[in-house]
Amino acid sequence: MSTEILRAPIDPYHLGHQPAAAGAPPQVTGHGAGGPAPKRIVVGYGFWIFILSDVIIFASFFAAYSVLFKSTAGGPTARQLYDLDNTALETAFLLTSTFTCALASIAVGQRSLKWTQIALGCTGLLGVAFLTLEAREFASFVARGAGPSRSAYLSSFFTLVGCHGFHVTAGILWLGTMMAQFYAKGFRTDIRHRFLCFTLFWHALDIIWVAIFSLVYLVGTLPPEFLP
Amino acid sequence: MFGELTWQAIPFHEPIPLISGLVVYVGVLALVVWVVMKGYGPYLWREWITSVDHKRIGVMYCLLGGVMLLRGFSDAIMMRAQQALAFHSGGYLPASHFDQIFSAHGTIMIFFVAMPFVIGLMNFVVPLQLGIRDVAFPTLNSVSFWLTAVGALLVNLSLIVGEFSRTGWLPFPPLSELRYSPGVGVDYYCWAIQISGIGTLITGINFVTTILKLRAPGMNYTRMPMFCWTALASSLLIVAAFPILTATLAMLLLDRYLDFHFFTDTAGGNSMMFMNLIWAWGHPEVYLLVLPAFGIYSEVVSTFSGKPLFGYRSMVIATMAICIISFMVWLHHFFTMGAGPDVNAVFGIASMIIAVPTGVKVFNWMFTMYGGRVRFTTPMLWSIGFMVSFVIGGLTGVLLAVPAADFQLHNSEFLVAHFHNTIIPGVIFGVFAGYIYWFPKAFGFVLDERLGKWAFWLWIVGFWVAWAPGYVAGLEGMTRRLQHYDNPAWRPWMLLSALGVLIILAGIAVQIVQLVVSIRTRAARRDLTGDPWDGRNLEWATSSPPPEFNFAKLPNVSEQEPYWDIKQRAREAMRLVTPEPDYEPIEMPRNTPTGFITAFFATVTGFALIWHIWWMVTLGLIGAYVTFVVFAWRDHAERVIPAEEVARMDRANREARAEYLQELAR
Repeated sequence: MSTEILRAPIDPYHLGHQPAAAGAPPQVTGHGAGGPAPKRIVVGYGFWIFILSDVIIFASFFAAYSVLFKSTAGGPTARQLYDLDNTALETAFLLTSTFTCALASIAVGQRSLKWTQIALGCTGLLGVAFLTLEAREFASFVARGAGPSRSAYLSSFFTLVGCHGFHVTAGILWLGTMMAQFYAKGFRTDIRHRFLCFTLFWHALDIIWVAIFSLVYLVGTLPPEFLP
Repeated sequence: MFGELTWQAIPFHEPIPLISGLVVYVGVLALVVWVVMKGYGPYLWREWITSVDHKRIGVMYCLLGGVMLLRGFSDAIMMRAQQALAFHSGGYLPASHFDQIFSAHGTIMIFFVAMPFVIGLMNFVVPLQLGIRDVAFPTLNSVSFWLTAVGALLVNLSLIVGEFSRTGWLPFPPLSELRYSPGVGVDYYCWAIQISGIGTLITGINFVTTILKLRAPGMNYTRMPMFCWTALASSLLIVAAFPILTATLAMLLLDRYLDFHFFTDTAGGNSMMFMNLIWAWGHPEVYLLVLPAFGIYSEVVSTFSGKPLFGYRSMVIATMAICIISFMVWLHHFFTMGAGPDVNAVFGIASMIIAVPTGVKVFNWMFTMYGGRVRFTTPMLWSIGFMVSFVIGGLTGVLLAVPAADFQLHNSEFLVAHFHNTIIPGVIFGVFAGYIYWFPKAFGFVLDERLGKWAFWLWIVGFWVAWAPGYVAGLEGMTRRLQHYDNPAWRPWMLLSALGVLIILAGIAVQIVQLVVSIRTRAARRDLTGDPWDGRNLEWATSSPPPEFNFAKLPNVSEQEPYWDIKQRAREAMRLVTPEPDYEPIEMPRNTPTGFITAFFATVTGFALIWHIWWMVTLGLIGAYVTFVVFAWRDHAERVIPAEEVARMDRANREARAEYLQELAR
């Protein structure tokens, strides 16, 4: 058989090759045009994928929480336990920290070490304040006999909210390392890439908190007649 | 001081695990001593253990998979022997040990044989096929591998220190809860899977990023080789499904360690929630294993039929359809839960629908062969053996997808025969085909074909003798995981099945002989051209083994089968068409022990968690954090290969290839 039959015409539409404008460097986006994407895009993209997988961990805990929400085993219910004032304060701290984190991004963009450190410091302090409130809430639950061993509902509550708190803790550890790196190494490219990932992480934690705030605390304190 | 670890943990009174464990440990120790005595230590450390080269990591993954295959297969021999003997008697294995063996067999075969093999081939092949120099995150790639190895290590540690899980390859509660499984077996299982699961997740992230963001110029989606597509689908499944496994096992661990009540069935816990969650991971898992194998078959069938893959686009659509539908069928693992006829019907139909894209694939492979000049090499034999066997396995799956039939067949030997009939021909045959197909690319010489064919025939005959009886016994009412039985109707089938396992054993022995013989006669089997099979994709465009940087100049892709295209042009032009490029210095990532050190601390942490040694857990975690900071602190992540060096290596390759292409042109 002739090999001619088996061949398609070579690249008739010039697919995947960006027509380079006169003198302009070809645009590289990683979509097959012009070859591999630059490092910054690769790092940020990879970290996005990681965040998606992390969101799925939270989704599993959310699912478990909603399945077990009514399995209180005769123990305290969400409505009896949650204190929305405390939650409002926690939310305020966390949302403000996301704002200061964004300020840190701007400061890094301006290459201002002083303002970067100040903004990151504020972010960390707000994170610690958030964690303190959360720890206080957990301790008060346990003191009232509503620890995670009391019922399946409480197990799932502590796991879901605790997992978020664990992420914030890890984030603060990372933030401290980040500040030390900016101090020691300055605004080197790889460190700025790392910082990009950190900001993505911190903002993602905020998004998860919005879901926890709405689906756990707000829905949990609805009067029973509003619940399915 | 040592938590719950005491001398009681060593099974002095049970000779079988003790002796087999000791044999393994003495063997490993002897190997380490031999390596040190021969002075290979520094070489291994420099070139392999700390390597971040995707090709080396791929080879190490496959090696891990191969070694663990021997371990998992010896479990299989023990189980088959037990069921052959245990008619009207207790057999030779006490129930507690038999239970550990079937649990270890499944766990090892899925997590530490199939996964490493598939991921290893992905590691080795995908960057070469995409025409790039490495994966997106080379250091994380090394971390992934070493974390997988930690999981395998922990499972094998349980041979002799403590016990392994007795709850099956998935730890179903409430049996796996502390109340019914007070020992460390389930903890071994959970921590081994959690640690290796992190490694797998990182691999998934790494490959999604690599395939979507790093491709040679001109390689758009519809030019990606089929194997890259299936690797992409598989990586997407990892990213979307493995977090569910992590979360589910975390819940089980919280139940066991901190008295939570997720799955206890007490205080409001719900064990069926575990079933839903674990299978929401578990079903995508089987597809993430089999899809890359489908990719391998596509490469092999197309190469050895001398034709482009038939229906490339339908193949891509089928792959992605399987990727999505695999998330909508999980309930078919427990139709008997009692979700009601409507729910069961939905999942039953979804399970049947997933057979459609799979059928599309089988037809595509057949039409690829049709009209081609088929060369019956060993990889091709494995592929054809797969097609024939897998269709039968798939059809029994469609049978099981009928809820009414499933109520009868649930938990029976029929089911066990079905999933062995899909996973062995689907995944294991696939990785064997890939192993033989890409072996010359990795090591520069081809494996012995004659012995390879022997191995194939022994395997496929052994497989059918071992598993066809399972269908019959299952239909006759035999349930799975029986330590002993007294129904004479099942006996002949169990004896036949044991015979089948012996035939497979012979097949594995021939495979080992094949490897040894091929290594000893490698001088005569050198692949000088880099293209021993007349291949079609870019991995064959570089030398065998490829240089560290894969391609001196990234290839410019303008065809679906880029290397075939290059060869065609050479045929027409009667010479190697591309003029020598301007060589530029290449930046490659530096080797780093980060992965190995992380794995060390993961082992310490995992072991300490299993035995409740809390100070050691703290030490392990601090060590991991320090490793992370030290890695983050380094200043030179890359090193530069000078242009002259690149030119020297590439010229040698071009010369060999030019002669070869000249010959083709004649």
